[in-house]
Amino acid sequence: MPSAETAKLLHAFSALADLGEEIASTRDFEQMVRTTLHVVLGALGLRRGAVAECDAAGGSLNFVAAWGMGEDAPEELPFDSRLLDEANRDATDPSHFYESHLKTTFRAELDRWQVSLVAPLVVREELVGVILLGGKATGEALSLDESDIVRTMARHIGIGIHNHRLLREIEARAEDNRKLYEDQRAIYHNTVRAFAAAIDCKDKYTQGHSQRVGKYSEVIAREMGWADEAVETIAIGGYLHDVGKLVVERDIINAPYRIDAKQSSELNRHPAAGYEILAPIHLTDAIIPIIAKYHHERIDGRGYPEGLTGDEIPLSAKIVSVADSFDAMTTNRTYKRRLEFPEVVADFRKNTGKQFAPEAVVALFRAILRELEGETRERTFSRLLGRDYLRRDECQPLVIELLAELEAGESAAVGST
Amino acid sequence: MQKEVGEQPVRSERVGDVAVVHASDYLNKLSGERVERECRQRLEEGCRALVVDFHQTGMVNSIGVSILLGVIDAAERAGAPLVFFGVKEQAAHIFELLGLTRHVRLARDESEALDLISNSSSVGFFNNKSK
Repeated sequence: MPSAETAKLLHAFSALADLGEEIASTRDFEQMVRTTLHVVLGALGLRRGAVAECDAAGGSLNFVAAWGMGEDAPEELPFDSRLLDEANRDATDPSHFYESHLKTTFRAELDRWQVSLVAPLVVREELVGVILLGGKATGEALSLDESDIVRTMARHIGIGIHNHRLLREIEARAEDNRKLYEDQRAIYHNTVRAFAAAIDCKDKYTQGHSQRVGKYSEVIAREMGWADEAVETIAIGGYLHDVGKLVVERDIINAPYRIDAKQSSELNRHPAAGYEILAPIHLTDAIIPIIAKYHHERIDGRGYPEGLTGDEIPLSAKIVSVADSFDAMTTNRTYKRRLEFPEVVADFRKNTGKQFAPEAVVALFRAILRELEGETRERTFSRLLGRDYLRRDECQPLVIELLAELEAGESAAVGST
Repeated sequence: MQKEVGEQPVRSERVGDVAVVHASDYLNKLSGERVERECRQRLEEGCRALVVDFHQTGMVNSIGVSILLGVIDAAERAGAPLVFFGVKEQAAHIFELLGLTRHVRLARDESEALDLISNSSSVGFFNNKSK
């Protein structure tokens, strides 16, 4: 058995090791402080103690942990932040300055709590907290060596509190940044929606078209299992796909008859014009201008502006193309009434694999089917098409049949049947 | 037996007016505070003496010492005699050096601990031993 002094020293060393482990732990702040208080008390056999953190604003010392204080456990001590300036002037030993000041200022409280040692927690000359200790179980006073051990531990605990405070500040700033990001995101989305509304205003017969294409594109992408961020991007692509119409003459867009070849050529400029408008803007994703450019391309290469085929067309553009055509079929235009749902199904049956990408068509009709069968809470199609447009008894068998054909890989053939 | 939701229970029983609380293998983490709470709760229930069993406790570090000082504090506030038994030699040496043994008596086993309690002049009325 080691001598008494050696055994006490070993016990104190062991406590210092425990202290380092506790301070480095990721547990919550109050638990960390409570445990470190136990370490200090248990290292020297002290019966009571408390740890206070200096309020960030410098107005008070708030007690985080107390042990053995009974009903007298303190909660808060007023703290004059002007002390910090005084301590900095007396830079030779800020710790000593704080200790003297606290002992003098709070003499009555310290006597009542039977505190015999006040150890300020000082980091870079700044007071971050204080430890109050008292009542050695031996009944003796703390020796100078023991007081030095406490001050050594206090330096460690001060750093622990300081680090936790920094962590809290970083978390608060991260939260502020997150809120700022959310606000900016909302502003961005509102701006895009306003822009979409402005585009649609140019065509008095297709008001709400861009918003609906955005929504249908979102539904298709979500049905295809896309991540939230990608779904959000394609929705914006849908909102802005017709932005190029802003440079097309209003008379052509609003012509109450089928337009001639020259007018059609003018109208067909809008995808490339949309790309020219959007490309210089730093949108959230570079695909958005590309969607505007290629949403009139066809799988069979007969689309415009570049006549791309199959996989040359970006999937996002294929999705918006399906959404765009679905909305064109299901809304009244100047020169034609909207199609009934069986006619829409027939059109997609005919043109999937020619005009439309099968995977996007399948996703669109799967989403419709899930809404018909009541699997989704969000009634997107009923809301956008009108409650009576999709009648379950009539539409469900048609959709099931079309999906069966497309999913069996017959999409290339269905158009020719 | 006292159980707390989401925590390992601390085993304890009453022997007449004496609470016997069994410390677990480690008394070096905050979970050790449950021993202190169990003792406090037993005192609040009316136990007039405490016996703490350490025969399973291998190590008592600074956190454990602090927790036991809390047990001593609770017992003294309640005026209840306190006996530890089954304390390993090394831990007993630390208890001695840090002054715990000025407030608590050490016994070899539970029987001796209960005898110390019943022989205590301040609690001479504790003669109703029944498990």
